[in-house]
Amino acid sequence: MKDILLRIVIGGVAVSAFAMLGELLKPKSFAGLFGAAPAVSLATLVLTVMKEGKAYASLEARSMVLGAIAFVVYAAIISRLMIRRRMQILSATTLGLRIWFACAFGLWYGFLR
Amino acid sequence: MVRICVSFLHRRCHHSIGGTGCERFGPEIGGLFRAFPAIIPATATLIKKREQQKKERAGYGGAERGRAAAAVDVAGAAMGGLGLVTFALVVWLRMREWKTATALVMGTLAWFLVALSVWQLREMFCRRMRAQRPNVLTHTLRPAADRKPVANRR
Repeated sequence: MKDILLRIVIGGVAVSAFAMLGELLKPKSFAGLFGAAPAVSLATLVLTVMKEGKAYASLEARSMVLGAIAFVVYAAIISRLMIRRRMQILSATTLGLRIWFACAFGLWYGFLR
Repeated sequence: MVRICVSFLHRRCHHSIGGTGCERFGPEIGGLFRAFPAIIPATATLIKKREQQKKERAGYGGAERGRAAAAVDVAGAAMGGLGLVTFALVVWLRMREWKTATALVMGTLAWFLVALSVWQLREMFCRRMRAQRPNVLTHTLRPAADRKPVANRR
């Protein structure tokens, strides 16, 4: 219970700080950078190190590299779909999530399994 | 403010997904979810709504503008994603050797530097492309007296 509360507080503060920064900055493409800020990762990695140790956190970060590559593919594809194909946000992001899963697990299968 | 609250809630869900993934499937699968794009759908929807309302208040149909603004934000997130890859690389390679705080601070710095550099490169490229494109609007509106005389006109 204490762990969950700590996660909420650390994660919440980090996320709100990055979101506020993104809200204040212009132009939009620059503010968008903060949509991929490692706010939550920072908080969770601290907790992981405290609970499981550095080796475990390092292993998690190795998989996170692949997740982040999938994130880049996801964001690039859905921004293209919205601009070029004039796709609705909900449809684009739903399709994008499938792409993220396929890409992330494909990379994991190819490199880490 | 609403955007911040919604992103807070979405990140909480993301946090839970990541946490549960790690506890259930171990660090290799759980780590993938540390970069799960949970916040993007929420922020894109909110940006679209806000831009659309702004345009509609000015008396225009703002659906197109709203979608374009959301798309630009997501394109920014793609560039930030490259920074996220760097963050994860720094933490993965340096976590064991460095102190936890140092590894995380250096990772965050790397994220910011890479994201900023990619964004600046893209801006430079776009500016150059815009400069090379002929400006059709100013050309057609330029008064006849200002135009250069054509040399071999008969």
